[in-house]
Amino acid sequence: MVRGGGSKPALSLPNCLDDAQTLDLSALKGVVDYQPEEYTFTARAGTRVSEMAALLAAEGQYLPFDPPLAERGATLGGTVAAGLSGAGRYRYGGIRDFLIGIRFVDGRGQEIRGGGTVVKNAAGFDFPKLFVGSLGRLGILTELTFKVFPRPPAFATVAAEFDGLTDLLSALDAVTRSDIDLHAVDFASAEEGWTLWVRIGGLPNVLQERARALQTVVSAGTGRARRLSLYQDQEEESLWQTARSMGWLTEGLGLVRVPLTPRRIPAVEEALSGSETATRRYSVGGNLLWLGWPDRTAQGRVKQDASRDLHSLLLQQDLQGIQLIGRARRGTMQGNGDNRADEESPLLGRPMQNAFLRRIASALDPEGKFEPW
Amino acid sequence: MNDHPLIEAFSRMYDSERLLTRPAQLMAYESDALTAFQQRPAAVVIPQDRAEVIETLRLCHEHNVPFVARGSGTSLSGGSLPIADGIVIALNRLDRILRLDAEERIAVVEPGVINLKVSDAAKPYGLYYAPDPSSQSICTIGGNVAFNSGGAHCLKYGMTSNHVLGMTVALPDGEVVELGGESLEGFGPDLPGFFVGSEGLFGVALEITLRLLPIPQTYRTVLAAYDSLHAAGDAVTAVVASGLLPGAIEIMDALAIKAAEVGAKAGYPKVPALLIVELEGEESAVEAEFAQLMQLIEETSPLEVRMAQTADERARIWKGRKAAFSAVGRLAPDYIVQDGVVPRSRLGDALAEIDRLSASYGIEVANVFHAGDGNLHPLILFDGREEGALERAEELAGEILELCVDLGGSITGEHGVGMEKRAFLPKMYGPLEMQAMEDVRRSVDSRSLANRGKMLPAGEAESLSHVGPHPLEKAGVIFRE
Repeated sequence: MVRGGGSKPALSLPNCLDDAQTLDLSALKGVVDYQPEEYTFTARAGTRVSEMAALLAAEGQYLPFDPPLAERGATLGGTVAAGLSGAGRYRYGGIRDFLIGIRFVDGRGQEIRGGGTVVKNAAGFDFPKLFVGSLGRLGILTELTFKVFPRPPAFATVAAEFDGLTDLLSALDAVTRSDIDLHAVDFASAEEGWTLWVRIGGLPNVLQERARALQTVVSAGTGRARRLSLYQDQEEESLWQTARSMGWLTEGLGLVRVPLTPRRIPAVEEALSGSETATRRYSVGGNLLWLGWPDRTAQGRVKQDASRDLHSLLLQQDLQGIQLIGRARRGTMQGNGDNRADEESPLLGRPMQNAFLRRIASALDPEGKFEPW
Repeated sequence: MNDHPLIEAFSRMYDSERLLTRPAQLMAYESDALTAFQQRPAAVVIPQDRAEVIETLRLCHEHNVPFVARGSGTSLSGGSLPIADGIVIALNRLDRILRLDAEERIAVVEPGVINLKVSDAAKPYGLYYAPDPSSQSICTIGGNVAFNSGGAHCLKYGMTSNHVLGMTVALPDGEVVELGGESLEGFGPDLPGFFVGSEGLFGVALEITLRLLPIPQTYRTVLAAYDSLHAAGDAVTAVVASGLLPGAIEIMDALAIKAAEVGAKAGYPKVPALLIVELEGEESAVEAEFAQLMQLIEETSPLEVRMAQTADERARIWKGRKAAFSAVGRLAPDYIVQDGVVPRSRLGDALAEIDRLSASYGIEVANVFHAGDGNLHPLILFDGREEGALERAEELAGEILELCVDLGGSITGEHGVGMEKRAFLPKMYGPLEMQAMEDVRRSVDSRSLANRGKMLPAGEAESLSHVGPHPLEKAGVIFRE
């Protein structure tokens, strides 16, 4: 069990293995190498995302995938292991596309290097990609090399309010198929209706003009936007700050990440409509759902079966989710109603059963030192 | 070998048109675009659907016979070279685009689909498939997946692996697994990402889900001429440092320019170095960035600057660049291409050293490269009919690879290790890394049947050191264009 900054506590809960040890990597931190002219950096796994982001910002550079939970103390290693990308992933790719090199300790205690430190490298197996989303179950990440991009000098966001989800999805389709270069496309239900946020970036002198073109596309769908507004500067930045830090997540709710595609959203919304307290935000143009899931009753008592309800909901939708915050507790749902002792696992929905992964894991961890996949 | 029980089993599956065992039939499959290596397989099978591929793998596993899956054979590293007395699985007939979903912006394709055909099919929906290897009009997606192919436009949107969302894969023993899915975001370890670039060692991709992007509104392409490679390199440094993010930044040297002229009549200025920079995106944004780019380039004192004003002019600039590889074949009977990567700030050092090596070996080297990401492409020219010429060219190539490793780079940016560079992988990685790769390979493919002898040095694949044109080229069937 590996723990870093503790921003995703559900991933480092003591599990059902009695003799499992927790390894705290928060002291394994610091930048090993950062050469702004190379647009790459190498840092130890326990380095906080927020610290790295500040160093990059000073050079006009950034990690374009908006690593989430930085404000809550997320580390680079934890972000890779949990496979997390934020809203900005829409433009240039996710954490999988920016991680170019790793060092990890395998199940035999050997430190192994994967990938390299140059932005392009096709030599050998791509271990950096394998470790994105590996949850510390294939090895323990100790050092990471990322490529970075120049940060656009300015951003602007068009927000559009719609009466309902159907109207919003129609606008989403229009905007994501347009030839406008979009940095981020997020949406969420508002008190009345739904709100879509679309972010663009680039040279400031033409940003207004581009935002007007974007507004035209957003309102060209069959669903009429009730209201369009344009955000810029600090106000705009804070919109996305909220997205990165999950500022919309009500205190006391668990957080679950669910990859999907826009087409699946109506059915998911239908299934969620019964649970009024589940707040949520769709990101990456409808390819990702961040779900705030209540794990306590209105009286503040822990709901023992909260994750299990979500687990079965995701199973019905043939989706997979990973619990990041909150109690990760689910029953074993094998279809026969045999819910024996609650199994602790942050993995919800369709099980991850994969012969390829099993074969890889048995090579990297032959004695089963890590939690099994 | 024809009476081998495996061939007998195949003859029950495949008719004689699709099971090739006669030497004359096998000749066309003896090598790929790295013509220096040739090997005769025991048989070539040509499956028509995924069930036949799966059954073929299962039979190879059962009979313990190694196999190579291949598409159009454009590998420049010998990745699709047959294994002696092994099986070649030609996937060209699995060439269906199974689904093109414009709303979700994905295409689900079989491995034999040609790269450019995906963009052609997506075009009516205003979409395209971004990775553009120079061979994109003939190379297949299956091969692109195996070698994580790149291209001139990888700078901004990445290589093949950045565009593969999911796959159905037959592992080397025929077990079928699903990797990834249709979402841009994954769940669990990035298995499609790990499979891409594994050079055929993890099995055969049967269906590949590709991400499509909206076609950029407009392009602005500029060609700048310089009096030295160093000056062109300095211009790249200035462009990269400015914070502009071009879609492509390419450099060609005098010999490559000459080749492009011979091969594609590109009409390039005859100068020591040419820089191509391309911006893409929305009209107004590109216009503003282009003004900034032109100012930067003016400051680097170019000999001449040309701007592509029309789609035709843009196409002509790229035609010369993309033809440069094969056109080098007109300047010398044989050549070896390397594709090492160096940190971008060391490009100047790397080019100066290659120049020095070229002079000391007395061997001409043409340079065409993806300057934006430090990916070199030295083309080492030789005449294979001369005694020892290939060996000396290979020795020079090896020194260039070691140079890339010494500068902190990689032995390959996009062509893969294949047959050609397998001796150099251990120079880039230590014994622990090599062992980890071998362990994973053994665990995925217990009998090391899939593309045995490629990437990892431990393989037993033998190669005959052959010199000269491709057998089909000799026969006048294909030309290097």
